[in-house]
Amino acid sequence: MAMKEKIVGTIAKISGPLVVADGMSGAGMYDVVRVGDLGLVGEIIELKGATASIQVYEETSGLKPGEPVESTGAPLSVELGPGLIEQFYDGIQRPLNLIEKAADSPYISRGINVHAIDRSRKWEFEPLVEKGAEVDEGDILGYVQETVLVKHSICVPHGIKGKVKKIEKGTFTVEENIAVISDGGSDSLVTMLRRWPVRTPRPVFRRLAPTVPLLTGQRVIDTFFPLTRGGSACCPGPFGSGKTVIQHQLAKWADAEIVVYVGCGERGNEMTDVLLEFPELVDPRSGHPLMKRTVLIANTSNMPVAAREASIYTGITIAEYYRDMGYSVALMADSTSRWAEALREISGRLEEMPGEEGYPAYLGTRLASFYERAGRSICLGSDRREGSITAIGAVSPPGGDLSEPVSQNTLRVTKVFWGLDANLAYQRHFPAINWLLSYSLYAEKLGEYWDNQYDGEWSGLRTEAMSLLEEEDRLREIVRLVGIEALSRQERMILETAKSLREDFLHQNAFHEIDTYASMDKQFRMLRNIISFHHLCRDALERGSMIQDIFALPVREQIARMRYEDEKKLDRIDALLPQMKKEVEGLLSEGGMGDVA
Amino acid sequence: MLPKEYRTISNLSGPLLVVESTENVRYDELVEIELANGEIRRGRVLEITTERALVQVFEGTTGIDLDSTKVRFMGKVLTLPVSKDILGRIFNGRGEPIDDGAPLIPEKYLDVNGYPINPYSRDYPSEFIQTGISTIDGMNPMVRGQKLPIFSGSGMPHNRIAAQVARQATVLGGHEDFAVVFAAMGITFEEAFFFMEDFRRTGAIERTVMFVNLADDPAIERITTPRLALTCAEYLAFEKDYQVLVILTDLTNYCEALREISSARKEVPGRRGYPGYLYTDLATMYERAGRIKGKKGSITQFPILTMPEDDKTHPIPDLTGYITEGQIILSRTLHRKGIYPPVDVMPSLSRLKDKGIGADKTREDHADLMNQLFAAYARGKEAKELATILGEGALSEEDKAFAVFSDRFEDSYVRQGEYENRSVEETLELGWKLLTLIPVKELKRVRDAYVDKYLLPKLSGKKE
Repeated sequence: MAMKEKIVGTIAKISGPLVVADGMSGAGMYDVVRVGDLGLVGEIIELKGATASIQVYEETSGLKPGEPVESTGAPLSVELGPGLIEQFYDGIQRPLNLIEKAADSPYISRGINVHAIDRSRKWEFEPLVEKGAEVDEGDILGYVQETVLVKHSICVPHGIKGKVKKIEKGTFTVEENIAVISDGGSDSLVTMLRRWPVRTPRPVFRRLAPTVPLLTGQRVIDTFFPLTRGGSACCPGPFGSGKTVIQHQLAKWADAEIVVYVGCGERGNEMTDVLLEFPELVDPRSGHPLMKRTVLIANTSNMPVAAREASIYTGITIAEYYRDMGYSVALMADSTSRWAEALREISGRLEEMPGEEGYPAYLGTRLASFYERAGRSICLGSDRREGSITAIGAVSPPGGDLSEPVSQNTLRVTKVFWGLDANLAYQRHFPAINWLLSYSLYAEKLGEYWDNQYDGEWSGLRTEAMSLLEEEDRLREIVRLVGIEALSRQERMILETAKSLREDFLHQNAFHEIDTYASMDKQFRMLRNIISFHHLCRDALERGSMIQDIFALPVREQIARMRYEDEKKLDRIDALLPQMKKEVEGLLSEGGMGDVA
Repeated sequence: MLPKEYRTISNLSGPLLVVESTENVRYDELVEIELANGEIRRGRVLEITTERALVQVFEGTTGIDLDSTKVRFMGKVLTLPVSKDILGRIFNGRGEPIDDGAPLIPEKYLDVNGYPINPYSRDYPSEFIQTGISTIDGMNPMVRGQKLPIFSGSGMPHNRIAAQVARQATVLGGHEDFAVVFAAMGITFEEAFFFMEDFRRTGAIERTVMFVNLADDPAIERITTPRLALTCAEYLAFEKDYQVLVILTDLTNYCEALREISSARKEVPGRRGYPGYLYTDLATMYERAGRIKGKKGSITQFPILTMPEDDKTHPIPDLTGYITEGQIILSRTLHRKGIYPPVDVMPSLSRLKDKGIGADKTREDHADLMNQLFAAYARGKEAKELATILGEGALSEEDKAFAVFSDRFEDSYVRQGEYENRSVEETLELGWKLLTLIPVKELKRVRDAYVDKYLLPKLSGKKE
């Protein structure tokens, strides 16, 4: 980077997180500045002549007009390199454990300047290319084993290509030179440390449509409203409807290779929970602690509001970095509403013309451009590797009313909608995803995928289950008006099966050691059994069985217990099929035939 | 050096005043305003430019004039003097003693705004607090370091419940020092008197600190009152190892005061005229609850807010619910039935309950039993609704059993005396006893082993 004259201005006005500085001519939009004698971190968000409006990422109490403001000449960036995984960052990528150390206090004090990535730690670098090889930007030079789960590829930085003049195996810190790439006359020294401005998406070679499911182990999601690798989803819901539990469940069980969890303007205790729990929890696929693939970013509701605005971008840029290595990354943002409120607060202080409910008019574009950074793509690099980012945003609409701007703008850009329902939550039906409201635009595509895996049975089962629930809603309305007697036996059977679908399939206990995660094999078997039982009973009713006798069948108890069956003993779920056949046939032979209505 | 005095007030509007040609004034600085008659008021800097400062006056601007009023900038933010002798004292909403006691000899001065707790330094709250109230202990257990508000409405007994919790709260098997910090914001004298009397009568006053801003005190003072209280709580909890219970009442009045300032500043309003930063502002208070690694003390918050028109979607309860770790909601229907405490169990929720209960905390069956009671009560209420439309006859035998259960549940589990302190054991046993009203095969949420161990002995006892 060319050396520029240092730009130093002075504070002219302070209003909460917004500081206005004079004498900033030459500074660039979105440049990071150091504000005041304490050197607080801020970012220029408006320029008028030599006057810059700056959002400050730290508490501004105690600043006074006349104090200096110094531009760093670079936009807000994150540091990328080995050492990101297992870290716990604040909204502008400062490791919270180092803040604690530097502040020597459990409180976050100001003006703390710490490196995002450990400079002293040594990594074992294993080259994959040899001296003399021709490399292009994005090509993998080698890798370091970052954690047991993550092989961290070191790629040729953007804008560099040529012949590898030097590359060495050995242990290095992130700042040490690992390779030299020479392009004609000029040599580029390559280290393991990269920087990237957070508001600029990292480039890819080509974008692809998502086709592969992202498995979450949550039945209502995987079976009913599935998500793809590279897809985007939102879960809006009033407080107490379990948004955060769903986000945590996804962070725990989604089969992504890297998880970036952004706690954006939410509770401190929740982040502590994640921090304490993830190192203990074991990934069902790899057998290693979940923390070994996780990056946490926390900007709790009481931390400075401008850093909350930045935290989402910090998160997605880290996600993009791992995608560029060819990983499937899942990013959870809890909650995007708090991010939008931060946007609104800053916009209000800038005295911009407000749009709906005081939110700035550009809310929609900002949200859309954030979710657009998700996706499945072919990464830069001549091996044409494929990576993906799946973005899942929680939305906290005031009063649970989805007509508000954040929900509406989010629904316009996300492909999966999990509508959380307060009434379900009161009945302690979790996850409280309303099956009549929610949708997934990936369902059809993934139906084909699963049909190939399960002998073409999958889509049929799902469709039938959905229509049973739909039918239940209609029938319950009738029962409410005229009583259960008004229903035919077949209709009562539909009610019973729908109840079984709700209680034995859709309801899932996140705190039960087995029920918390269900593999696709298990989900398929459970759904098949419930629907098969429905078919058997329906036929039996037609042939004259009594509905009370069917309700009394002992196998129903076992259907209700399928969810607690160990993943290794799925054959016990299979064994229910012949058993239910036997029991239902038993009814018929007992002489129900005489009772044809 | 004496601070420079300004007589350059150019503008007065609501609780705000503008001082011209200021020099060296800091953002958020404490301000002293001396009126012509010698009265001293305090305020803080809300906005500052090179020429002028916008000051929010805590006690309001009544009587301030543009010519003779003097303004001094104190060069520091608002602080609270603290020492261990603070226990047992009563202060006004500005932090001045009003209990006729001697002035406090401060050990130190603390910034009332506090600093955000580093999430990395937090310890997860997991110690069960026994409040002696079944609907809380059994159904929505509270843990140390939690913030659990009461959502109430006007005319409901939220104050009596808060006083009962303050009186009875204990940690099982613990002998730690326990303190109550009480902040009254805009409540009536009668309400404040009720708490003072209750604390006095039970001797709790000795371990209580009160900050009282009454309905006729300046509304703007309400912005600082809870912050003084929380600063005091942080001092007691994290420097003096106390287990602190903070009662804040009434948050609705606090938010009204915030709205007043916001509209005086002509800010773009969010919902219902409340400022767009209401969420962040509330969070800076609620998030001061918690536990910190390596510290013995804890801050548990029990805020009270009255929902305007009992509307849970009103911005104040709504935003509060998004920050706090659950809520206890009071029901007017139960209150009309004469049931105390009228806790509406269904929509109430404690988010931290799962880590606070179980074998080594309360009892192994607690979680299952709780889920079963929720499910049974929900089904019973549903059945009763059905019965009102279609008549008793339309109910199945099971539904009838559930309907009876829900009535008995309200009558004996929810209802309890104001001075009845039920141990968690008693609460759990009561729960099992009520479950005997329901056919065993309908108990799907409890493990069979617990049914055998806790329910069956009661069933056989019933037959005899």
